[in-house]
Amino acid sequence: MLCECCQHHEATIHLTQMVDGQSRELHLCEECAEESGMNVQSVMSIPEILFGMGGGGNSAKETDQVSRKSCPYCHMRDCDFRKTARLGCPRCYEAFSRELAPMLAGMHKGIRHLGKNPDYLRENLEKASRCEALRKQLEEAIQSEKFEEAASLRDLIREAENGPG
Amino acid sequence: MVLDDLIRNPAAWLSSDNLTGIVVSSRIRLARNIEGLAFPGWAGDDECARIQARVWIVLKGIQRLAPSLALDMASLTPVDREFLSERHLISQELAQKSHGSGVVIRSDEGLSVMVNEEDHLRLQALRPGLQLEALWAEINALDSELEQHVRFAFSPSLGYLTACPTNVGTGLRASAMLHVPGLRLINEIDPIIKGLTKIGLAVRGLQGEGTEAIGNMFQISNQTTLGESESVIIDRLIRIVSEVAQHEANARARLLETREAYVEDFVGRAYGVLCYANVLNSRETLDMLSALRLGCELGMITGIKVADVNRLLLYTLPGHLQKTEGRLIPPDERDHVRARLVRETVRRASI
Repeated sequence: MLCECCQHHEATIHLTQMVDGQSRELHLCEECAEESGMNVQSVMSIPEILFGMGGGGNSAKETDQVSRKSCPYCHMRDCDFRKTARLGCPRCYEAFSRELAPMLAGMHKGIRHLGKNPDYLRENLEKASRCEALRKQLEEAIQSEKFEEAASLRDLIREAENGPG
Repeated sequence: MVLDDLIRNPAAWLSSDNLTGIVVSSRIRLARNIEGLAFPGWAGDDECARIQARVWIVLKGIQRLAPSLALDMASLTPVDREFLSERHLISQELAQKSHGSGVVIRSDEGLSVMVNEEDHLRLQALRPGLQLEALWAEINALDSELEQHVRFAFSPSLGYLTACPTNVGTGLRASAMLHVPGLRLINEIDPIIKGLTKIGLAVRGLQGEGTEAIGNMFQISNQTTLGESESVIIDRLIRIVSEVAQHEANARARLLETREAYVEDFVGRAYGVLCYANVLNSRETLDMLSALRLGCELGMITGIKVADVNRLLLYTLPGHLQKTEGRLIPPDERDHVRARLVRETVRRASI
């Protein structure tokens, strides 16, 4: 769509104006918007839009609560993140997890890491996934009343949890 | 080893005549951060300096980076920065930084680590041609070696934690640079770029800016980093880059079959300009060298190799030109110096 003002550049700013109780749509390019006195920078940035959508609610009260949030470790506030689109420290991912979740889901192929794990964690993670698989088998065994199998699975889980590796 | 030694070396990603072709070069970078520390953009200057000092010591002991060159951004002139950025060793963002950031480069330039760019560490591996699997093996090994000395910020559910949520997870950005003059001549670049964007890949120009394919070169890279493993991301990119390269090869074959005289004219005009021009700006040089590169690959141009053209593509950029001459050159004069440099090489060629 071309800018309504200059009819030359692509319109990237889309506004709905209320004039005399009637709504009117306006499509402008960045330059024309700026020329007409609009502060283009104040138009919501992508993280702002996404952050606004975060948490599944848009009520004024909730938005107020969100905007007061800050990371307890590095003290970055969510309004700082909205400005720069960058987080303050690794712990910000926990502090803003609720706000980040919909954003990550929107920008990536999934919401769980499926790539490399650091060596120091690999052993623990492998152990955890081994235990999880055994627990699942245990549940199935109990449900189908195979109690002997369940007993040996319980032993295996205990071994896996306490044993080396 | 000092910075000026690099100018005498051909950059790793342009040096090989056998490996470079339609796919000019490949690159992989990994974003990593140190556990418990603020990201560079949020940490103060003093903290950045402390982080850099700590990382510097670690990097000096890394076998896979030896022998290396460690450069503090504060010690670099604007031309040095431009030179390193043209060589794809530092990003535009790092080029604008000073105290508390830097880069460590292995002497062959195939492996490097930017310190305190957007993240604490940005590991980077570069090679000529399409070699993404080998690059992944190399950078993965470097990452594992680093892990023995520093603990990276990591969450089992979100993976490696990065300053920008667009990089979280694998922290991996893989890219390939393609030279596609054939697609340009048959007007098929735009639909291909649109198609690539639609399937979630990013397309950028030669120096990473915009999407305009200056010199008929563009980079294709993955945009998402979470929800897939490194090998899935890389395998898909290899498949798609190979497909685009095949399109380019088909375009060239079709052009030779149906419009050979037109292609000869396209190459010949560029050869003429490069041989006899006295004033050449960057943009025109890149476009003309692209046509000359096509001529070499199609056997229309003899006496020089694709690697020679690659070298000119790099050494005629403003930073390289001034670094080679060893002085600051105003833009107007640069166009003369550039034309002279080009003539010296291109006159060895015949058509």
